[in-house]
Formats: sequence, C-alpha cells, structure tokens
Amino acid sequence: MSLKEKLGEETRDPLLAEALGHFKASVDAWSAGAMSRPRKSVAAARRGATAWRTAGGWALGLVLAAGSVAGVLYERHHRQESARMAAIKGVAEKAAQERAMAKEPAALGAAIKDEDLLATVDNDISRAVPAAMEPLAQMMYEKPAENNGTE
Amino acid sequence: MAAGTAVKPMTAEAAEEVAAQEFAGVVASHRPQIFRFLLASLRDVDLAETLTQECFLKAHRNWKNFRGDSTAMTWLMRIAINLQKDHWRNRRMQFWRHTRANAVDLDEASDWLQSGERTAEQQMLAREQVAQVWKAVDSLSERQRTVFLLRYVEERELKDIAQAAGLSEGTVKAHLSRALARVRAELRGSR
Repeated sequence: MSLKEKLGEETRDPLLAEALGHFKASVDAWSAGAMSRPRKSVAAARRGATAWRTAGGWALGLVLAAGSVAGVLYERHHRQESARMAAIKGVAEKAAQERAMAKEPAALGAAIKDEDLLATVDNDISRAVPAAMEPLAQMMYEKPAENNGTE
Repeated sequence: MAAGTAVKPMTAEAAEEVAAQEFAGVVASHRPQIFRFLLASLRDVDLAETLTQECFLKAHRNWKNFRGDSTAMTWLMRIAINLQKDHWRNRRMQFWRHTRANAVDLDEASDWLQSGERTAEQQMLAREQVAQVWKAVDSLSERQRTVFLLRYVEERELKDIAQAAGLSEGTVKAHLSRALARVRAELRGSR
C-alpha cells in the first residue's frame, strides 16, 4: 500500500492525504538537501558568534556587578560621611551651648559687681560732698558775723 | 578426545568493540530520520544538526543501558524529543534573544519539493499545499506537533509514537485528530 493510499484511508479525505504526501516529500527533500550541504564553515562561524555572545554577556554581567558594588559602596560611604558630619555638628552645638551657659553667671556676677561699685561710689560721693562743702559753709556762716562786727 | 569447538569467553575489550560497531550501525541507519524529525520540529538546520549530534552522544553514553524494550529508533526518538523540549525550555528563559532567530520561515520551508515529473502548475499547487500544512503545523502545540510529525513525516506506528513521546495511545490519537482538524481547516480555508 502506497503512502498516499494509506493516508487516504486514514484521513478519509483525498485532499488532506495529498497535502500530507506533499508535505512529507518536501520535508524529505529539505532534510536530504540539508544533510548533504557543506557545513564546516557555518559551524565554525556559529561557534565564533556564540563565543562572542558569551564573552559579551560575561562582560556586561561584570560591568553591572561592578557598578552595583560601587553604588553600594558609594551609598555606604555617603551615609557614613553624613553621620560623621551630623555628629561633629552636634558636638559643636553642644559645646557652644555649654560655653553660653558658662558665660551667663559670669556676666551676671560682673553686672552685680559694677552695680555695687557704682553704689559705693555714689555713697562715698554723697558722704564726701557735704564734708567737702563744709569749709565753704563755715565761711558762709562766719562771714556774716564778721561783717556784723565791722560794719 | 573429541576436538569440540570451545567457545572462548569474550574479553571486555572485544565486547566494547562489538558494542561500538553495533552503535555505529545504529547511527548510520537512524541519523537521517532523527535529523529530519528535528529539522521539521525546529525549522533550523544548524540547530537540528547540533541536537542530532547531542542525541547520538547521549545515546552512546547510555548504549550499555539500552535493554531493547523498544526499538532503537523509538529509544533514539525519545532522546530527541527530550532534547527538543529542553531546548524550548531554555529558549523561553533566554527572553532577550529573538525566538527562532535562525529558523527558516514558512515560505522558505515550503520551497523544498521533490522534482518529480510534474507540470509547473502541479508544482505550484503542491507548494501551496505544503505552505498551508506548515502554517497549520506552526499553530499546533509542541506536543501535537511532535505527534503529527512522527506520524505523517516519520510514519511511525501509534504504539511507537506513544512510547517515544511518553503518552498513552489514546492521547496520541486525540492529538493527531486535533492536528489533522487544524490542517484540514487550513486547507479548506484557503480554497
């Protein structure tokens, strides 16, 4: 039984059987043609292309890996630097606050001292002035008496 | 004393040589079929050659384990089908590559016709039919395509197809029926 008859019996469709017969014949011819073609150079070229593709893939992978590692390191360094700067700033602010707090009582003490000194001076002056004016006052008291005697 | 012909036990080297000769015979007789099946499945000549070589390499490694439960051809076909499956699975993972980069398009595949004693018109009609069958085959699922090609290109028996594809005969029949319906629809649709 030929293939066509066998297919016709199986498919019960002459058109389908014919198409399948042509299809098989076409695949057979293609396969026979492909098997008998010279293929050494093609295989070598393909190997070369595959090698280049593999090398390219590895290179790209390495660049990406290096990039991501560098990114992580940069980010880490950046964070550490920011933390260090923040710490320094905090310490400086604290020191400034402490200095300011230390200055306040001294200034207050100085202000109190100045006030006391002024008060003392005022007191001294207020006491000294009448004493200093006393001779003049005496002269003023004495002169009318003298004037009364001579006149 | 009777001088009987004593059978000498075969040495390991001799046994290996016999096995190698047997295997060489298997390669010579089955290589065209395996290549043809892979070519029709993949439509890529280079890939079909590579997978055919891999198929025989695998078969050579496991030749000692081949117990002859099925024919050598069915066993080889099974290896080829598995290699083809692995190939598609790997290819799906390589999403950046264009699928079927080296595959021949349907028109080119249809250009192959045996030069029989036919008129130009008959040849044109035959080419058209082949293109329609290729189109239908292209739209089949992987399993349907495998079963269809094993039946209508390799002309394997249903039992062999079932063994090679690891399916039951009923499933093979169902796949074939669907595949034929698709081909029939394609042929009718173009009329």
